[in-house]
Amino acid sequence: MGLYWSFGTVLLLLAITAPTALAFGFGGASAARSHFAPLRWFGKTYIAVVRGVPDIAFFLFFVIALDQGIEYLRHKIKCPDWDMPIRQGNDFVVCSEAKMPLGNAAQWIHESYGFMLAVLTFAIVFGAFAANVLFGAMRAVPKGQLETAEAYGMSRRQTFWRVLVPQMWVFALPGLSNLWMVLIKATPLLFLLGVEDIVYWSRELGGTKTPTFTAYPHGDWRIYYFAFLLVFYLCFTKVSEMVLDRIMARLTHGQATSAGEAQRKAAA
Amino acid sequence: MEDCIQTIVDYGLRSQGIGERLLPRSDFTLCQQFTLIGSGMIWNVYFGVVALISGFFFATALAMGKAARSAWLRKPAEWFIFLFRGSPLFIQFFFAYFLFLSLKGQFPFFSALTSAWAGALVVLFLNTAAYTAEIFYGALQSIPKGDTEAADAYGLQGWSRFRRVIWPTMLRLAWPAYTNEAIFLFHATTLVFFSGFPATQQRGDALYYANYFADKTFNPFVPYPILAMYFIILTLIVITIFGAINNRLNRHLPQDRRAKIKYRPQVLR
Repeated sequence: MGLYWSFGTVLLLLAITAPTALAFGFGGASAARSHFAPLRWFGKTYIAVVRGVPDIAFFLFFVIALDQGIEYLRHKIKCPDWDMPIRQGNDFVVCSEAKMPLGNAAQWIHESYGFMLAVLTFAIVFGAFAANVLFGAMRAVPKGQLETAEAYGMSRRQTFWRVLVPQMWVFALPGLSNLWMVLIKATPLLFLLGVEDIVYWSRELGGTKTPTFTAYPHGDWRIYYFAFLLVFYLCFTKVSEMVLDRIMARLTHGQATSAGEAQRKAAA
Repeated sequence: MEDCIQTIVDYGLRSQGIGERLLPRSDFTLCQQFTLIGSGMIWNVYFGVVALISGFFFATALAMGKAARSAWLRKPAEWFIFLFRGSPLFIQFFFAYFLFLSLKGQFPFFSALTSAWAGALVVLFLNTAAYTAEIFYGALQSIPKGDTEAADAYGLQGWSRFRRVIWPTMLRLAWPAYTNEAIFLFHATTLVFFSGFPATQQRGDALYYANYFADKTFNPFVPYPILAMYFIILTLIVITIFGAINNRLNRHLPQDRRAKIKYRPQVLR
């Protein structure tokens, strides 16, 4: 049963992460082109650092770092009169009220907290990639459009929201669809974050079972489980590819790009 | 300072099984973390370099296959590229490991492939060949028409046409994208020891040791930045080498028409 549910976990992760990462990316890209210097530095550093380091290292790092960061903040707020140091040699100690989730919480809370951390980690990492794509897309919007908006007396804010943002999506879509493919292919890394996902269950269920432990003894079936996962991902990417091609075709319709021109010629 | 030299002597080649057997268990020093994680980098470099060089030749063949007119050559190449580009590398590692494991049961010949140094290398080789082939294929498609026409006009045919015109031009056009592929391959090598391939006697790669320290100290803020530093250095070295090759490939062009290599990492597999 766990295996079927875990497919739901993967799809849920994709459904939550994609918009969150897009929001992060939008924030990062807007920050990177801000006129306020510290904000711009922040945006640019965020993009540069996350993209320069192996992603898996980030996944492993952020889960612990976020967990400790949250607990540290709660500890500071909830137990102000705690006199022992938090890092005692190799241990990270906070008062029991600051534990996240609380030690006596139900099992499902622990699991969904872990899942939430995973989502946040994915969003941070993919947000940086998305920020890069959107930053490029914002710059690709013809300058004349922005100058026209200025000539009409729009403020910077109005220009950004009414002219730049609606027009940048066509330029951003190829990059974003590439990112979506990458995101799909990154989902098995959930396993490394300690979430019981499809990789976890394939290993569990596929392993050799002896009659002592289960009613359905079988040999080592993990190879079949993983072959199935391989096919699952292949189908998933193929379908996404087809859907994204459709969207792209629709978005280019009537655009003054070479693809749009080709469409017009094919129709005529 | 002398402690640190002793640590380097003890653990510098630990990832190859040379030196002190036991990993440090408590009172971790910065020096130990730097040394062990650096020692693990040997594996990352080994996987990356060998897979890259062997994958390069296979990728050229695959790209030519995909561009071929005959469906007998084209279809297998297309399917191969789709298979390896369409599925996560992580799953490929798992699948390959269990595949080799069950093959080993029947033919003892495969027993080497269940260990990381050979098995993971095969997977990385096939994977990078597929990604590189797609890049090379794209470059083949964008070779300027004039170049091939000029080759025809000189009467070049077959092998010499390929060797003297098609291949160098393809490499020249593909090189910036290929540089990024190489950087990614190095990043992808960190997956090996997390995907079923066992690290016998704790001989792991850089991430394996970084993870070991993070688990033991419950403090991710030291080992992972060290790992990041090593990888940034590795990336800079790769960019330097590939940049030099890029200059050589473009040496006949005027300065302003040369393709620049931009560090543009964007995909993980």
